[in-house]
Amino acid sequence: MPPSPARIVVEDLRKSYRVATRPPVGPAGLAAWLPSRRPWRTIAALRGVTFTIEPGTITGLIGPNGAGKSTVIKILSGILRPESGRVTVGGLVPWAQRLRHVGRIGVVFGQRSQLWWDLPVDDGFALLRDIYRVPPTLYRARRARLVETLRLADFLDQPVRQLSLGQRMRAELAAALLHAPPLLILDEPTIGLDAPSKLAIRAFIRDLNRQDGTTILLTTHDMHDIEALAERVIVIGDGRVLADSPFETLRATTLSGRRLIASFDGPPPTLTLPEGVSRLPATGQTLALDFDPARIAAPDLIQLLTQAGGTAGTAPLADVTITRPSIEDVISRFYEHHASSP
Amino acid sequence: MIHAATPYLAAFRARWQTTMRYRAAALAGFVTQCWWGVINIMIYAAFYHGAHDAAGTAPLGLHQTVTYVWIMQGTLALMPWSCDPEIADAVRSGAVAHDLLRPIDLWWWWSCRATARILGRLVPRALLIVAFAGLVLPLAGLGAWALRPPASLPDAALFAVSILMGLALSASIVVLLNIVTVRTLSPAGGSAVITPLALILSGNLLPLALFPGAVQTLLILQPFAGLGDLPCRFWLGTLHGGRAVLALGQQAAWIAALTMIGRASLRRTLHRLEIQGG
Repeated sequence: MPPSPARIVVEDLRKSYRVATRPPVGPAGLAAWLPSRRPWRTIAALRGVTFTIEPGTITGLIGPNGAGKSTVIKILSGILRPESGRVTVGGLVPWAQRLRHVGRIGVVFGQRSQLWWDLPVDDGFALLRDIYRVPPTLYRARRARLVETLRLADFLDQPVRQLSLGQRMRAELAAALLHAPPLLILDEPTIGLDAPSKLAIRAFIRDLNRQDGTTILLTTHDMHDIEALAERVIVIGDGRVLADSPFETLRATTLSGRRLIASFDGPPPTLTLPEGVSRLPATGQTLALDFDPARIAAPDLIQLLTQAGGTAGTAPLADVTITRPSIEDVISRFYEHHASSP
Repeated sequence: MIHAATPYLAAFRARWQTTMRYRAAALAGFVTQCWWGVINIMIYAAFYHGAHDAAGTAPLGLHQTVTYVWIMQGTLALMPWSCDPEIADAVRSGAVAHDLLRPIDLWWWWSCRATARILGRLVPRALLIVAFAGLVLPLAGLGAWALRPPASLPDAALFAVSILMGLALSASIVVLLNIVTVRTLSPAGGSAVITPLALILSGNLLPLALFPGAVQTLLILQPFAGLGDLPCRFWLGTLHGGRAVLALGQQAAWIAALTMIGRASLRRTLHRLEIQGG
C-alpha cells in the first residue's frame, strides 16, 4: 500500500517561550515570591519560518544549537502549539488534529527513547502494533522486513535497557515505522553512534525513501548525514530560515574555495602570490594556500610552485594536496556569516 | 481483532506483566504488612482490654477491628502513593513526548497503566495476607487475631464491587498525580500531599468508625473512604439498605468527578505543555 502524500506546508511560523529570570539576591529577591512579581523573560524561538516539503523527499533541517530546529520538529509532530502561523501536514493541522496526525507520522528522537525500558524489544513492538491498531497480517510482514533490514533478530527478546546505543537506535527506527507512516521525522538519529552504525542507519533511511517513498525530515549536527542523505537543506538560525537550497548550492555559494598544501624537500620558496590566493601560517617544509578556483586554476598554481621551487637556495616541490573545505567548515562559515550580518 | 479498546488493553497487559516481575518486592511487602498488622492488632487489643466500659458501646468490636486491620494491610497497594514512577522518569528525561505522539487518548492510556500497576501490586500481596491472616493464624491457635470471613455472601459480593470501585478511584487519583508531575516536572509534591491524606482518610491508620461521631458523615462522604473504609464496612456487614446504596453511590460519584477533573486538566496541560530541551 503506497503511503498517502505527506506534503508539509509551513507559513510564517512563530513561537516564543517564557522563562523565569533569576530573582535578585537579597531582600529585593523576596518580591519574586509574589505571583504577580515573578520576573519573566520572553525568548523568541521562531520568528517567522516558512517552507514547503514535497512528499517523497529527504530534507535536512540544520542550524546551531538553540536555533529553533527542535521547536519546528515539535510543532510538526503535534506536541507543541505555535503562537501564530499556518502548518499543515498532509492536510492536517498537527496540534489541532493531533490524534489523526500522529497516527500518520513516525518520530525518532535520538536523545529520547520511545521503547519501554523494561520490556523486551519485541513486546514493545507488539504494544506499538496495538497502539496504532495495525492489522496482524500487515504487522507481521512489516515487522519481518524491519527485523531483517535493521538486523534486529539477535536482540529482539532483550529488554531495551540492555541494548547498546547502536542496537537501540536501530530498534527505535523500527518502532517508528511499524505503522508504515508516510512521513518520518528524525531528530538527530545518529547522535553518539560509531561510524559503522551511522553508515547502516544512513543506508537504511535512503532505502526507505527510495523503496517506500517515505518523506523524511531530518535534523542533525553531523554534516555527513546531510551530505549522504539530504537532497535539500533548510538552515535555521535565530528562529529564521537562513537558507533553503540543495546542499551543493549551499556549498558553492558559501565556500567555493580550495586549499592547496605543498610540501618541499627543504625550506619552501617565498613567492609573490597572484590575485585570489592567500597564504596560511605554514610550518617547516610545507606551504598552505587558500585559493579561489574561479580566479586561478589549480594547474596554474601548481605550475607556479614547481617553477619557484629549487630556485635561490630553496627546495624543489615534492608533493601537492588539494582539498575542498569540509562540510563542517561550510556550515560554521555560514553560521558566522549570518551571525555577523543582521 | 482490532477495536477501540485495543491500545488500552495492551497498555494494561504490558504494565501488569512488568509489575508481576517484582516478586521479591511483593514478598517483602507481605512480610512488612504482616509485621505491621500484628503490631496494630496488639495495640487495639490493649486498648479494648483496657477500656472495660467501651467493650459494649464501641462502634466496632475487637474482632471487627482485627479483621479491618487485615483487610487494610492486604489492600495497602490500593493506596495512590504517588504518580506512575515510569511517567515520572519520562517527565525527567523528556520521553513523555512519546506518549503525546501516539494516536491514543492519554487519560485512558494512563488510567489503564495505573490500574494494571495497582492491581499487579495488589493481587499477590492480598492473596498472601489472606492466606496468612485467614488460614495460618487460626491454624496456629491465634484465632482471636485472625481475619474473619465476610459477614454474609451478599456482603462479600458488595465488598467485591466496592473494592473494584476503590481500584478505579485509586487509578483516577494516580492519573491526577501524573498530571501534577507533568506540570511541576517533579513527582515529589503530589505524593507528599496525597500519601498522608490517603493513609488517614482511607481508614488505614485508624478505622474511620473509631473517629469522633461528629465527623462521621464527613468522613464517609470524602473520596478516600472509598479506598478502604467503605469496602471494609461491606466485608464486616455494617452497611445495609440505604447506607449501602449511599456508599456505593459516593464511590461512583467520586470516580466520575475525579475522571472529569483529570480529563479537563489533562486537556489544559497538553494545550500549554512544553517539552523542554533540544
